[in-house]
Amino acid sequence: MKRYSVFAIAREAMRQHTGWDRAWAKATPKKKYDAIIVGAGGHGLATAYYLGKNHGIRNVAILEKGWLGGGNTGRNTTIIRSNYLQDPSAAIYEKARSLYETLSQDLNYNVMFSPRGVMMLAQTQHEIRGYQRTAHANSLQGVTTEFIGPHKVKELCPIINIDGPRYPVLGALWQSRGGTARHDAVAWGYARACSDMGMDIIQQCEVTGVRQANGKVVGVDTTQGSIDCDKLGIVVAGHTGVLADMAGFRLPVESLCLQALVSEPIKPCMDVVVMANTVHGYMSQSDKGEMVIGGGTDGFNNYTQRGSFHHIEETVRALVETFPMISRLKMLRQWGGIVDMTGDRSPIISKTPLGNCFVNCGWGTGGFKAIPGSGWAMADLMAKGEPGPLAAEFSMWRFREGKFIDESVAAGVAH
Amino acid sequence: MSTRLSTAGRLIDTAKPIKFSFNGKTLQGYAGDTLASALLANDQLLVGRSFKYHRPRGVVAAGAEEPNGLVNLGSNGTFEPNQRITTTELFDGLSATSQNHWPSLEFDVGSINTHLARFLPAGFYYKMFIHPRPLWKHVYEPFIRQSAGLGKAPKDRDADTYEHFNCTVDVLVIGGGIAGLAAAAEAGRTGARVLLIEQTAAWGGRAVVDQPTIDGQTAADWVTTTLAGLAAMENVDIRTRTMGAGVYDHGYVLAYERLRDHAPKASGPRHRLWRIRARQIVTATGAIERPLSFAGNDLPGVLLASAVRDYAVNFGVGIGDRTVIATNNDDAYRTALALHDAGLQVPVILDARAKGGGELADQARAKGIRVENGKAIASVKGGKRVTGVSVCLQAGQGAVLEEISCDCVAMSGGWSPVVHLWSHCGGKLTWDEAQAMFRPNNDRPPTGADGEAMVIAAGTANGHLYTAEAIADGWSAGRAAAHAAGFTAKPEAIPDGSDVPELPLTPVWMMPQGAGYDLRSKSWLDFQNDVKVSDVQLAAQEGFESVEHAKRYTTLGMATDQGKLSNINGLATLSGALNIPIPSVGTTTFRPPYTPISMGAIAGVARDDLFQPIRKTPISGWHESNRADFEPVGQWRRPYAFVHKGESVHDAVKREVTNTRTNVGLLDASTLGKILVKGPDAGRFLDMLYTNMMSNLAVGKCRYGLMCSENGFLMDDGVVARIDDDTWLCHTTTGGADRIHAWMEDWLQCEWWDWKVYTANLTEQFAQIAVVGPKARQVLEKMGGMDVSKEALPFMQWADGTIGGFDARVFRISFSGELSYEIAVPASQGRAFWDALLSAGAEFGMMPYGTECLHVLRAEKGFIMIGDETDGTVIPQDLNLGWAISKKKDDYLGKRAQERSHMADPNRWKLVGLETLDGSVIPDGAYAVAEGMNPNGQRNTQGRVTSTYFSPTLGKGIAMGLVLHGPDRMGEVIEMTKGDGTYIKARIVDQVFYDKAGEKQDV
Ligand SMILES: Cc1cc2nc3c(=O)[nH]c(=O)nc-3n(C[C@H](O)[C@H](O)[C@H](O)COP(=O)(O)OP(=O)(O)OC[C@H]3O[C@@H](n4cnc5c(N)ncnc54)[C@H](O)[C@@H]3O)c2cc1C
Repeated sequence: MKRYSVFAIAREAMRQHTGWDRAWAKATPKKKYDAIIVGAGGHGLATAYYLGKNHGIRNVAILEKGWLGGGNTGRNTTIIRSNYLQDPSAAIYEKARSLYETLSQDLNYNVMFSPRGVMMLAQTQHEIRGYQRTAHANSLQGVTTEFIGPHKVKELCPIINIDGPRYPVLGALWQSRGGTARHDAVAWGYARACSDMGMDIIQQCEVTGVRQANGKVVGVDTTQGSIDCDKLGIVVAGHTGVLADMAGFRLPVESLCLQALVSEPIKPCMDVVVMANTVHGYMSQSDKGEMVIGGGTDGFNNYTQRGSFHHIEETVRALVETFPMISRLKMLRQWGGIVDMTGDRSPIISKTPLGNCFVNCGWGTGGFKAIPGSGWAMADLMAKGEPGPLAAEFSMWRFREGKFIDESVAAGVAH
Repeated sequence: MSTRLSTAGRLIDTAKPIKFSFNGKTLQGYAGDTLASALLANDQLLVGRSFKYHRPRGVVAAGAEEPNGLVNLGSNGTFEPNQRITTTELFDGLSATSQNHWPSLEFDVGSINTHLARFLPAGFYYKMFIHPRPLWKHVYEPFIRQSAGLGKAPKDRDADTYEHFNCTVDVLVIGGGIAGLAAAAEAGRTGARVLLIEQTAAWGGRAVVDQPTIDGQTAADWVTTTLAGLAAMENVDIRTRTMGAGVYDHGYVLAYERLRDHAPKASGPRHRLWRIRARQIVTATGAIERPLSFAGNDLPGVLLASAVRDYAVNFGVGIGDRTVIATNNDDAYRTALALHDAGLQVPVILDARAKGGGELADQARAKGIRVENGKAIASVKGGKRVTGVSVCLQAGQGAVLEEISCDCVAMSGGWSPVVHLWSHCGGKLTWDEAQAMFRPNNDRPPTGADGEAMVIAAGTANGHLYTAEAIADGWSAGRAAAHAAGFTAKPEAIPDGSDVPELPLTPVWMMPQGAGYDLRSKSWLDFQNDVKVSDVQLAAQEGFESVEHAKRYTTLGMATDQGKLSNINGLATLSGALNIPIPSVGTTTFRPPYTPISMGAIAGVARDDLFQPIRKTPISGWHESNRADFEPVGQWRRPYAFVHKGESVHDAVKREVTNTRTNVGLLDASTLGKILVKGPDAGRFLDMLYTNMMSNLAVGKCRYGLMCSENGFLMDDGVVARIDDDTWLCHTTTGGADRIHAWMEDWLQCEWWDWKVYTANLTEQFAQIAVVGPKARQVLEKMGGMDVSKEALPFMQWADGTIGGFDARVFRISFSGELSYEIAVPASQGRAFWDALLSAGAEFGMMPYGTECLHVLRAEKGFIMIGDETDGTVIPQDLNLGWAISKKKDDYLGKRAQERSHMADPNRWKLVGLETLDGSVIPDGAYAVAEGMNPNGQRNTQGRVTSTYFSPTLGKGIAMGLVLHGPDRMGEVIEMTKGDGTYIKARIVDQVFYDKAGEKQDV
């Protein structure tokens, strides 16, 4: 792999950029791999990357039915934070966040991690108490957060209307090292690094069946033929139910459409990420200048990647109330992604009833921020066959035991 | 020079001059001008700067597809960035400034990027700024962000208002060109309810510019006649300035009406968002011309050929004195003819087709215009405006044959139907090789709820570029749509259009065909985002082969025009680079809105006080005039405390608690949920809903009940009263009322649909007032009426009667530990009853209290609060509420879940009281720490506080919390986080701090 740097750019500029290689190699399936990952979203690619980097497993294929990063990874609003309430969540999200801090250097790909700070507004007494609780929990979890008052909120984000007549801002939970990153770059950076380790990223390759023998997985059927493997990782977000069905088990996962939208680009006016859960919406400004806006999921299960307009309306209303200045901005584009929601809104990183078949899903509305940590934990699980401490609590059997990891306690909107 | 012509424009009224300003300069235009045409008439060719390289930018189009002409419009409360000048109608006093430059439009420091362009290819930022790490945060990122964005951020509150409009129609026709008009007329004739919308202020679309003959009249006359016919039909509505913004599932269409953008001084809302439910949708949205990719095609003065024609014909504006035309099709010859007719020079038409054009070409030649076949533009000369072109062979590599001076270039690469609305909801496209365009695949339309087609594309939007075909297609689309919606009429004659025959175009995706890197890196695809042919080729080279990857890597089509001009050229370039056919490359996804729509319009009237409904109790008025400090609780606003003059909120709460405990307090409890459950199976139903038994509750009695989710978690609590044999009244928490009612209905409608149970949410039908405190009974006795003695109305019973002449239902229940009556009266009587209580209570020291006092009272008494002691992870057993779980029942919601291993784990945290050793208040949210760390390096914990208050009654801090083995550890001292890294010591105590024996409430 040719390293990216300012010198490389300068060199290429002199020869009309003819020297740049493919970011990832074009691959056709081999007969057999040590491990196959289904789904080249962020989580699948990161799993493969850490399998290679941390565990030396490099005979790996990542199979993607469309184009890599084209699922939720390429559709999300890129909020990164780790101020979660429950211990297992805080652990994996903080692991991810800290990996994001150096991801550009690790991957030699600028993922534009921007720790500009994330604030979650408290607009009811109940929310104040909830976020104060999170701040206490975070202080014991090694996550740096702080509960700040309304004046600090205004100082950090002058465009907020802190004394709206309906839900004045009473304070906020502030994580100064939370922020955003460029979603495509995360997928592309991991893909390039995986390819560089000799892994095969095979796009336009849909898995259509999971083959098994003696209770263990032996391979998959795909639109590009059958491929054998020793281990299989299912990392397909909204399509987890479909893959689980192929593998012969069921998961407590529902697929829902989550929408987002952007405004036309304007000059910088917002230097932090703001989430307002009482009114149900959140906003940040992209490096391109667009206001990036999201809210809650549509109410019904579906696979269409396009939602109902009334959800957009609800979200925009909430944000016009919170940031009155956006009233005269225009919505440029709206879109949707299919998110995988578990019963407790926390992910599953788990062994499955099928031997050597592992699943990583349930990241729902908030898994972009988890990509490096999730890949790390999933690689660990796949390499060793048993979960390490990061994944231990996220077993799929927790629902049977009633051992939920419920984050809705802390936030109605969990992005 | 760009100037107003002596020939009058179709749309302008030269009798009505209008003054406006651009970058502080006062200019003049006419009524009917767009801001673009008015600027061009004043020779203001340069209107902005591009995003990445800050290249000088001029107008390229005349409509919604314009990528360059974006300005800051207005000031203060009516300021708006990124306003597209080609769709901004001129009005008196309009003031606009150009965007994205410093210090000025003419001299922009950022244009240095043009000279660095070769260091800034597609995706350069992914490859740079990686080392050293701190520089990204402190130098590179701030720099990138600073240069981002186009218009300025608005600062002030929006001074305008917006509204929504709902309507249902049989046939919605989008687009007021000849196809749309024909569709509406034909559908209207069947009696179907028809709505026809047009995004601009004028009818007729492109036909009225080119004036073909329709039904023996000019197109303009045909439009006038047709409009008159439509106006005469009562079942047809027509609207201009209304854009079809998005098509959604089940015939839901969003339209965006700009009511006052052209007349800001008029009154009323600025925009109106139409939410239309249509049985059938006809998209007659026309087509957009494509630019050609040649070096320097981004210079101000290079426009679409159709736009040059529009400006001349519609607005009487000549962009240049000498216009060179570059084309690959016959249509652009019309521009040459129009310019010639207007007295402007066309030094040459460069037709890239080897064989050149047909009849229109002959007409041009006949007028003496030089036509060159197989020729192309090698490059455009000029800086901030075009000064000339160099001509080459299309088939070659760009060797210059000739230089021609000119001040305008009109280009045409063919036409692309506007398929956005067709595609929003799943309509598929097909590649039309002959016309080099994606057009709707009529075999795969978007389908509605019934699985049948719900959208019909018509006219040019359906790929019919000839007038005759387009109008006939519109006519049959209108007919088919009406038919599908259930309406028919005897057919009448199809409107008959006539056309000059044209020769087919030849696709030209690169001009000249063999252009080298030098030319390709100066050939723009996306003018706003500065994406060039070489960028897309680089993306392909680097493996960004999917059209979505190429788009994201290069930002092609991601500008405010969403690729209306650039996408087809971009994907053709990609197809060429990958050597695969265009249809295999495919398009990116078309997403609403068609063009950007204001957030204000989306929010509608719902802002400020109207943001969400404010629910008011019958007594809210009193609270407002008596210094209530409100807190939002759901959509209600409840008094947190009533603050007397000179008091702090904290003082007020203290006073209210003490007064209630010693005299008597009054609480507006009207927000509490009151759900009536009635029917032969009501008892059985409630036994499933609550953890305890409700079916055996005696008429006249009350019982406290708990409700759990299927997962066993406690979700609501409240007192249930048995009203009569088959009627129960369930009280829920304030926040729970709607949720619990929906929950009940969910079970009744989806699971136990054969149970005979009816529910009604009576929350707002009654005002409910709690009279609380040792003197409560004295107050009621003074009011007179029913017997409220302990004997007649013991604790946990209710009775109907009158109090002080008011019909009342009185519940002897207590959430404070005091003698307490909760009295429900009809909502209409609530305020009068409240006033009557206050005057009767005056001599007993009665004072109203708010929610915080309520919380303190219940905490002193050790009562749990949903949302404090519970958080969706707590089961009743954790709260020592096992007594409220019936052991007799086979089942209740949550029972099976509570039997799961983790739920039955003896190591779950349990509820206890907590007291600091020094009497201080434990901070909200504090956790109890335990020794050591867990495997993830997090500090171990053994509990947390759930409610914590200063108790005025006890004069110290009190708290409840969940603690590991808590009830077995009474007296033990644990350490709680203070939040600043230090800890506070707390002793585990009984959770009941006040009146442990419960004597005070049961008197
Ligand atoms: C609108 C929106 C906003 C969001 N905002 C945020 C946010 O601000 N912050 C945050 O942290 N998270 C956010 N999320 C959530 C986040 O995007 C996801 O949790 C995360 O991207 C999931 O990554 P993934 O790799 O698991 O899934 P995906 O990126 O969806 O990848 C799964 C891949 O599997 C492929 N696949 C499916 N079936 C098959 C098959 N049979 N064979 C082969 N391949 C298959 C898919 O094509 C897809 O590429 C948001 C999500 C959405 C939709």
